[in-house]
Amino acid sequence: MNNVDAVRATLHDALANDDRTLIMGEDVGARGNVFLITKGFLEEFGPKRIIDTPLAEASIVGVAVGMAMEGLRPIAEIQFADFIYPAFNQIVGEAAKTRYRSNGDYTCPLVIRTPYGGGVRGALSHSVSIEALFYHVPGLKILAPSTPADIKGLLTAAIEDPDPVLFLEHKKTYRSVKGEVPDGRYVIPIGKADIKKPGKDVTVVSYGYNVHQALDAANRLEGENISVEVIDLRSIRPMDKGTILASVRKTRKLLIIHEDNKFGGIGAEISAMVAEEAFFEMDAPIRRLCGPDVPAMGYALPLEEEFMISTDRMLRAMRDLAAF
Amino acid sequence: MATTITMPQLGETVTEGTVAQWLKQVGDSVEKYEAFVEVSTDKVNAEVPAPVSGVIRELIVKEGETVPTGAPIAIIDEVGAAASAAPSSNTPTEQIAALREPQDDTAKRAESVYQGSDEPVPGGNVGVAHTPSFTSSNGASGNGKPANGKPSNGLRVSPAVRRLAREHAVDYSTVSGTGTGGRVTANDILAAAKAGPSAAAAALINSDQAEYVATSAPAATPAPAPSRSAAPPPPSGGRPTYGTAVPGDVVPLTQARKIIAQRMVESKHTAPHAWTMVEVDVTNVWKWRAREKDAFEKTYGVKLTLLPFFMRAVVESLAVYPLMNASWTDEGIVVHKTANIGMAVAVDANLIVPVVRNADQLSIKGLALAAGELIDKARRGKLGADDLSGGTFTVNNTGANGSVLSAPILVPGQTGIVTMEAVVKRPVVRDDDAIVVRSMMNVCMSLDHRTVDGAVASGFLADLKRRLEAMGPSGSL
Amino acid sequence: MMAKTVTSRAGSLDRRGLTDEQLVAMLRNMLLQRQIDNRGFQLNRQGKIPFALGSEGHEAIQAGAAMAFVRGKDVLAPYYRDLGLVLGCGFTPLEMLNSMFARAADRSGGRQFPNHYTNKDLGLLSISSIIAAHVPHAVGVAYAFTYRGESGRAVLTTTGEGATSEGEWHESVNFAAVHKLPVVFLVENNSFAISTPQSAQMAIQNVVDKAAGYGIPGILCDGMDPIASYAAVHEAMERARTGGGPTLVEAKCYRYLSHSTDDDDRTYRDRAAIEEARKLDPVPVFERVLLEAGVIDEARVKALKADVLRDTNDATDTAESFGYPSPSDLYTNVYEGPFEPWQ
Repeated sequence: MNNVDAVRATLHDALANDDRTLIMGEDVGARGNVFLITKGFLEEFGPKRIIDTPLAEASIVGVAVGMAMEGLRPIAEIQFADFIYPAFNQIVGEAAKTRYRSNGDYTCPLVIRTPYGGGVRGALSHSVSIEALFYHVPGLKILAPSTPADIKGLLTAAIEDPDPVLFLEHKKTYRSVKGEVPDGRYVIPIGKADIKKPGKDVTVVSYGYNVHQALDAANRLEGENISVEVIDLRSIRPMDKGTILASVRKTRKLLIIHEDNKFGGIGAEISAMVAEEAFFEMDAPIRRLCGPDVPAMGYALPLEEEFMISTDRMLRAMRDLAAF
Repeated sequence: MATTITMPQLGETVTEGTVAQWLKQVGDSVEKYEAFVEVSTDKVNAEVPAPVSGVIRELIVKEGETVPTGAPIAIIDEVGAAASAAPSSNTPTEQIAALREPQDDTAKRAESVYQGSDEPVPGGNVGVAHTPSFTSSNGASGNGKPANGKPSNGLRVSPAVRRLAREHAVDYSTVSGTGTGGRVTANDILAAAKAGPSAAAAALINSDQAEYVATSAPAATPAPAPSRSAAPPPPSGGRPTYGTAVPGDVVPLTQARKIIAQRMVESKHTAPHAWTMVEVDVTNVWKWRAREKDAFEKTYGVKLTLLPFFMRAVVESLAVYPLMNASWTDEGIVVHKTANIGMAVAVDANLIVPVVRNADQLSIKGLALAAGELIDKARRGKLGADDLSGGTFTVNNTGANGSVLSAPILVPGQTGIVTMEAVVKRPVVRDDDAIVVRSMMNVCMSLDHRTVDGAVASGFLADLKRRLEAMGPSGSL
Repeated sequence: MMAKTVTSRAGSLDRRGLTDEQLVAMLRNMLLQRQIDNRGFQLNRQGKIPFALGSEGHEAIQAGAAMAFVRGKDVLAPYYRDLGLVLGCGFTPLEMLNSMFARAADRSGGRQFPNHYTNKDLGLLSISSIIAAHVPHAVGVAYAFTYRGESGRAVLTTTGEGATSEGEWHESVNFAAVHKLPVVFLVENNSFAISTPQSAQMAIQNVVDKAAGYGIPGILCDGMDPIASYAAVHEAMERARTGGGPTLVEAKCYRYLSHSTDDDDRTYRDRAAIEEARKLDPVPVFERVLLEAGVIDEARVKALKADVLRDTNDATDTAESFGYPSPSDLYTNVYEGPFEPWQ
């Protein structure tokens, strides 16, 4: 199945197995979500559980926070990550802080799902990456799996998690990434990365659509006798320190790849952590191959391609680092 | 019980208050929570309620007067022990401030940890042997110490390479690099380590903290050392090395070599070297050593050479002539409290000077063990910063290869360096004019003529000679 | 639909179905609110607590609303000026003082500002300082009630009039109206948002006029009259509990003091007007009403006041004797599990 199917199947199972779960967002009901992820859900689960909300992101999240505080398990959807900003107050100021400010009296077991990322001619307002805005916030968890099997295990974990989880789905992978998905319910623990391809010369850390490109480049480099280890983070916060450090201690060279803008992106935190903890292991400066520091990718194809990191650029970066 | 009332903090950023009007006078009674004074600040005017019931004993501050927050303004004599809650001794603001302090300390401590972190910790003696650092260009701590390191020669060495080189005792400057621009990579080091066993050439184990010893004699091997093969390390990558130099070679300068050269020049250009010597009859001490050495070796696993006996005599003489254990500084001659004796050790291509700290507190046995351990560490490439720094006086066994006279170069910051020249059997005329054969060892000394003059220097050597000649043929180690 | 106006008839006591004991309980609540309110300022002036926020002038609406709240069934999402309302819904003076003194024993562990209550057992939602951010939560709770088919339960959420300018207030009322949720939006209009007068906050005189825009009923009441306030809130809560959907209730009241100890309203308000308005002070007024109606006598009033003072003193002394949270308490309850951003 592909990533859309994986999201759909997981949501379906969650609604079928837990009466407390419900889905709310714009166009999730009658339309079945703009990517058809919840197609058929309204008919199956009814309007009380599949809510077509008003066009009001702050309350999509805010009302869901109240539901969660009262013991339901709402799965709120923000139609595109680019629309999430009005909900920032409720996510960062309210959901993330509910347990902390009430010292455990109230909790907020909420999932906020949203498609992010570019490469689909989405232009300025349908292509952004938002993880860097939120991963800074204690009290939130952030996931960004990129394969069907990972999506199922992590979305299940998110729905069952007692704390608020922001679940990011790279829209370019929705239909383009396919894979085997085990049957039945299973959970992938939040905070564990996955080595998608082992190697010994260079460590590549990435997430989302870039993982698939990195794998492509790494496989090509095998032919040049360069062995690249590709780590799929899957979990942005909490992030898997152990896997990254073990890999870096083996290869001594780290390349972080992310589509999101470079300055202040996820790569900055990973670089700092590795420099702090594995300084004496490093045989090369830590490299980050990231999106340019411009507000968004443009509609015109050359602008989009310039923003997105091509597989060739990744390959060159890996090759250069291996040779360093 | 009298309670002192202080100026409250009426607002988070307020630091003082003015007594606008006293609502009670001395002798008036007041109830707890009853307003007794009106206070004004630049934020707000307020009536302040009394914290206790009682009688106003004193109004400390006059109307219209401004005092800082927390200053006493009045005293109330409490009536009846019925104060239901004794006022807490700390106000919340004080308690909050107290809670905040540790965090401030942490920040300060964190700062100091990072300030001089790539500086080796000095031996606690001011002005003592500066240890040059490869990495710092101008004394990283910026605390006013003179720049004591020079920038590296442009060799970019990654942390992994540096560490692996240290662990495997590989001289990375002799390894040819397969990385971009000829960079030596971690894999290159690992490959070199596999290739050469005597990369145990203390590969600049402490290449970034090279101390040096000066001697005009050819590279001497340490006296206590069992004879080492003079086999130089096999060259890696086919480049000429110091140890394998043949006519026609241009041997590239290693970092250590450069540092040694630099220190030698610095020493000679800074301290006016003077030189003196004495002849010492070591027959008895030699016999003493011969008597002890087998058992010693068996018990401690360490060779017993003449060095510890010599060092013992040196520290005793230094106690009598403390100016020999001193350092010249522009602020004054610093006479050190302990004697940290450096011993020159040649390890293949390089000379290093590990330091026996607090040697004055060690017996001959203690000195033998300490020295033995340091030399062993030196050979295994395991010397640390502490082992190489803080020396106050240096001993050099130049006689190991047969030298009978040497003019050593001072370690910068020290006032004296003595040599043990070769022990040679010679005919000697005794006081009663008899000619006897004795084991004779010359002891030469270079000295910093800024700090000491001939009187002190020769007095020291004379004292040293006396002590050495009085040692043995038996005694306790 | 037109807003309903609820006021008690002058001249005779229209008790709107409340018993004597209930009326006395409201008076006691108002006295207790006034006493604890004052105590906050006293402690601040004594230098013992850094911050206090008063609610003088809101006693009537809050006592009335509390009387309309059913403990154990209804949920309350208050705002930070609702000291009397939460007391009336079961919050104790000791909990109040614990929060003022930021004690470890405070339900939030000393983390929250005073007046930012939380008590799940009482159905009191945890709030932040962000104006109107709690209102969507109230709506979510109300949704959960209908979701689970729980009739007879309603959510009461309160704000000042300034909060109705917030987008999140609007989105919440709209959502509740669309889904006909059991929630009452009570606006305690004291005509000032810190220093911003109502005329700068909105172009209308009565907040309740907004109700029509959402298609929900609105009730305007005299927030200085506890019985009228009770009647208005009770009607709205009953409608909610019985599936009639949300109501917007506006209670006109007065803010006699500055916004908080960090505000000095002499810079933006007319002192003479405030003095004049003191004649409407709901606490002495209601006391007089009950005396004149024979519901209570002077002795009982005196006893009530002494009682309230004693409760306040006890709470103050006890809370003051408790300890602060320790520094290590900073790190708990970020998540259910451990604290680290790196696993």
